Amino acid sequence: MTIVYEDRGDEAAEVPVRRIKFTINGQKKIAEVEPRLLLSHLIRRGVGLTGTHMGCDTTNCGACTVLVDGRPVKSCTMLAVQVDGREVTTVEGLSGPSELHPLQEGFKQEHGLQCGFCTPGMMMAAKALLDQNPDPTEDEVRWALSGNLCRCTGYQNIVKSVLWAADKLRSQAG
Amino acid sequence: MYPSRFRYEAPRSIDEAISLLHEGGDEAKVLAGGQSLVPLMKLRFASPELVVDINNLPGLDYHREDADGTIRIGALCRHADLERSALLKSKQPVMAAAAPLIADPIVRNRGTLVGSLCHADPQGDWASVVTALGGFVVARGPAGRRRIGIDDFVTGPFQNALEPDEIAVEAVIPAPKGALAGGYLKLERRVGDFATVGVAVAVETSAGTVTRAGIALTGVGGATINAAEAAQALVGQPLSEQSIEAAADLAAQAARPRTDHRGSAEYKRHMVRTFVVRILNANGDGSAAADGAGGDEDSAERAA
Repeated sequence: MTIVYEDRGDEAAEVPVRRIKFTINGQKKIAEVEPRLLLSHLIRRGVGLTGTHMGCDTTNCGACTVLVDGRPVKSCTMLAVQVDGREVTTVEGLSGPSELHPLQEGFKQEHGLQCGFCTPGMMMAAKALLDQNPDPTEDEVRWALSGNLCRCTGYQNIVKSVLWAADKLRSQAG
Repeated sequence: MYPSRFRYEAPRSIDEAISLLHEGGDEAKVLAGGQSLVPLMKLRFASPELVVDINNLPGLDYHREDADGTIRIGALCRHADLERSALLKSKQPVMAAAAPLIADPIVRNRGTLVGSLCHADPQGDWASVVTALGGFVVARGPAGRRRIGIDDFVTGPFQNALEPDEIAVEAVIPAPKGALAGGYLKLERRVGDFATVGVAVAVETSAGTVTRAGIALTGVGGATINAAEAAQALVGQPLSEQSIEAAADLAAQAARPRTDHRGSAEYKRHMVRTFVVRILNANGDGSAAADGAGGDEDSAERAA
């Protein structure tokens, strides 16, 4: 990733840049980042994975939700330097090379999206829920998604999508 | 939005963190969960020159109970850890009620109780809970450790009693001297919003008599309000309808609400009263919910 700075004489030389190593969707990466770079920007602009959406940029909407070491976080509210040595999973990391993840399939089957902007964050929050709780009640799904805002669907179909995915994952497991 | 430029350090020991803070002086900030600090930095309300990230410090992510019943919460214990805690569910009803009401589930994965106390937002929930429970903060600095009572720790809106080179390493909740009951109720417009009104109530009872009580209020003043007079109205007698009503009235009087987009001052004051009654009736006397604290979908009800 190339970062271009203003040339302000001496000051430009003092821009603190740190080298970090991290894993994203199973791939190992090295990046040179300025400490103030947000994780969301590292993912979108640095790695080029634009599935992670920036909605409010104020820690409210959850569209930028990704997993860091398996836990969902709002990537607009974490510094990129903080994922040094950690493992990041984005919505692109859900599916295999050819088939959709059950969550993605569930959103398709149950019409869990309209404009689709909140969807990546919804899926990542749901992924974290199902990893911990493979058989959630509707209430538990609603509770787990309560940090993710959707302005289109009224949430009904999102909840159904997650429950659909939970069923599918359980039947796959056996 | 980007924060302004800063130097970033991620020390591996508390001593190293303290010496970095010492070096940075007033211009240094500790980064723990970052769920308040990072948004403030992005809005440029905070522009520290040095950010000392304590997330790599070992051994601070605990919450545990000492043999005597004291509960200790380390600086890196996340809200989500407390939400899922079996210890709090069995021993600490006030904290167990509050944990699921902090911010939203994703923010709870990062944010910390100790960080919330340090941030000292008048609308922070944990400061009220720790106030009602008579807790304190343990700080470490170049001169060693010291404990700071929660009333002295929060010195004003967004201000705490820490020296620039001190780190709050844990919050401590003293062991109850009798049976502990109480809860935290929060009225919010939607999940993740700040409290329109929050009320924390803790009651310790021995042989049917209340031996200690704490009541603290969130969002109805320029800082967390310790409604000590209201709490005192419960002490020295069994809980009764009269004492509960008296405490609720005094708590409502202690509130200093302002009319804003979340509600009128009158409404907020009324909710303080309602919440005190509701918490004490729900479990304060050890019996099942007697009044209103079960049943509907209002998020505030989940705490009871």
